[in-house]
Amino acid sequence: MIPQSHFLILGAILFAIGIYGALTRRTAIGILMSIELILNAANVNLITFNRFLGSPDGPAPSGADGLGQIFALFVIAIAAASAVVGLVLVIAIYRNSKTILMDKINLMKW
Amino acid sequence: MVKYAHLIPLFPFLAFAINILFGRKLKKASAIISIAASSASFFLAALTFLGNLKGGGSYVVAKWLALKTVAIDFGVIVDPLSCMMLLVVTIVGTLIQIYSIGYMGEDKRFSRFFAYLSLFMSSMLGLLLADNFVILYIFWEGVGLCSYLLISFWFERPAAAKAGMKAFITTRIGDTGLLIGILLLFFTTKTLYFKDLAGLAGDNTVFTIAALLIFCGAIGKSAQFPLHVWLPDAMEGPTPVSALIHAATMVAAGVYLVARAYGIFVINQIPLMAVAYIGAITALMAASIALVNNDIKRILAYSTISQLGLMMVGLGAGAYSAGAFHLMTHAFFKALLFLCAGSVIHSIHVEDEPSLHTQDIRKMGGLFNKMKITGATFIIAGLAIAGVPPFAGFWSKDEILSELLKSGHYGLFVVALLTSLMTAFYMFRLIFLVLFGKTRSKLRVHESPNVMTIPLSILAAFSIFIGFIGSPFMNHAFQNFIYFGDVHTMEIIEPNYFAMGISTAVGLFGIGLAYLFYILNNKILPQAIRARFSLLYNVLSNKYYVDEIYEFLFIKPCLRLAALSFKFDLGAIDGTVNWAARVAMAISRVKSWIDIHVVDFFVNLVAVLTGFASLAVRRIHTGSVQNYLLIAFFGLVLIIVIKLIGG
Repeated sequence: MIPQSHFLILGAILFAIGIYGALTRRTAIGILMSIELILNAANVNLITFNRFLGSPDGPAPSGADGLGQIFALFVIAIAAASAVVGLVLVIAIYRNSKTILMDKINLMKW
Repeated sequence: MVKYAHLIPLFPFLAFAINILFGRKLKKASAIISIAASSASFFLAALTFLGNLKGGGSYVVAKWLALKTVAIDFGVIVDPLSCMMLLVVTIVGTLIQIYSIGYMGEDKRFSRFFAYLSLFMSSMLGLLLADNFVILYIFWEGVGLCSYLLISFWFERPAAAKAGMKAFITTRIGDTGLLIGILLLFFTTKTLYFKDLAGLAGDNTVFTIAALLIFCGAIGKSAQFPLHVWLPDAMEGPTPVSALIHAATMVAAGVYLVARAYGIFVINQIPLMAVAYIGAITALMAASIALVNNDIKRILAYSTISQLGLMMVGLGAGAYSAGAFHLMTHAFFKALLFLCAGSVIHSIHVEDEPSLHTQDIRKMGGLFNKMKITGATFIIAGLAIAGVPPFAGFWSKDEILSELLKSGHYGLFVVALLTSLMTAFYMFRLIFLVLFGKTRSKLRVHESPNVMTIPLSILAAFSIFIGFIGSPFMNHAFQNFIYFGDVHTMEIIEPNYFAMGISTAVGLFGIGLAYLFYILNNKILPQAIRARFSLLYNVLSNKYYVDEIYEFLFIKPCLRLAALSFKFDLGAIDGTVNWAARVAMAISRVKSWIDIHVVDFFVNLVAVLTGFASLAVRRIHTGSVQNYLLIAFFGLVLIIVIKLIGG
């Protein structure tokens, strides 16, 4: 059986890739995709903890069974919704400034 | 008892409202509305009168003023006196309105005129129906307002505007007395209802003073000496207005007030004698002025003053029913006289100036042949006022005379007789000069239209026959009807043939004298007398210089005071105000400097300091989202690290 730490390492790697992408990608689309990765890292963690709740090997105690999965489903749904909003914002930004390169957009500069 | 008397004033008021709001659209139709409203009032008044034969009373229409100790309501009094006056006002008012269609036909404010007439009638009818002093006072002032509006109806003419003001201000002087009297009564008795007051009034100083003050109001409204000056000037208004004021509405209000508040007057002799002697002075004075006046309407105005004086004499001498009787008959024949005068003025044009309607009787003459109906009715009215039997004026005037004889007021009797003589004389001087002889200037004359002559004929019929209801032939039905039941013991009315004889003789003598002067001995005799008594003539033709005395005593000082006040206003008050303004401006200049150089300095300082402070830290605001994200991420990491180290 694959131990819990493997799953958590996978989640950490996904999160690190996501953060790296979000900080370094120039296009808004890339940043959005990276944010999806961060969210999925969280999902992996949620499901992992659900599975190993209670003892490191045993099944989850009754009553909390499936809570992590439901949480993950919610995160997926919200991620889809926020992706829509994000894309709409990208389109709106493109219409205004003819670019989606985030380093070119600095309206909030002092 | 029937309870619709309060609707009587509402009809004309409705007509007023319609005409004043939609007059521009209605144009000539406004006359129809006013006349319809007056007729409706007349029918209701007749019904009220018939109902009252079975017994009157007062009833409350609406609750109004509920004070802690006393309530004053909109109440209506229905008794013989108010019934009689309601009938007179509605009949005469309606006829005058019909007449006005012809007389005011070409006036540009036709509908406005009818609106005012309706309001005038409404106020007067309300006054007649009021069952307490407050309501009476409200309508009393309404009547005053309407008289102002109508007298100065042709306000383009300065004389008319002035006359309106004079009428309003002069009557206000009396009204002030009335108001004080009402308040005095209220604080003494805690009630203002006529029916209660009559019982409460006792023979003491307070009630005497209250009665005298109330009489002040009557002096003003009924144009008694010394407040009679407004009435002759009121002739500047259109003639139907003069007729309405003199017959039905304005001046009758004063006499009505005295009759209505008679319970307060009869407490002792002082108020009664004040009424009687003021009346006597007025009667004699006005009649003597009328002897020499040359304006057709002013003669009639002085005649009204004199006749009102006679009514006051009657009321003051205790001849209550006779005074009320004369008030009624006078309403008919005086309305007729004025409408005749209006018909004459309306239908003659001076040749040289085609638009000019003259009122000078010296320019008229010989009009009888050209305007038969007006002439005939004029003569009937003249006979009625001169006291020739069997016309209306005879019966009522005779009633006053015989009451004066019976109560032993011989001085007043002589005055009344003298007034009757002069009345007969000046009235027939007027009639002879206007209707007979030969025309003394180039005039174009035509008879007035039917809409004017028919009211004349109806009023003439009244002037002939209305007196009979108070005559011995009908057993003094009027006096028995009107008799003042509550306090006064019923007067025993019996024909006094001596008084009848002497008043007839005096009337005929006056007419004969006028005939001698102005028909037989045209021009010679009057001028001889004028030359002989030139001083007296001057005094009379200048109206006893009353206007001049008032001018000197009151108006001039008032104007001078006003001029002084104006100067004071301009110099002292405006000076102070301007000085204060200048000081304020100086202060504000200092303040402005402080504002700019001190307050603004600190405000700007704060802004500049804030700017400086931000120079260092604003660098972190790069505007790039990813920078922010990076900072947030490292912040998170930092928090976790601290958490881990801290354990």
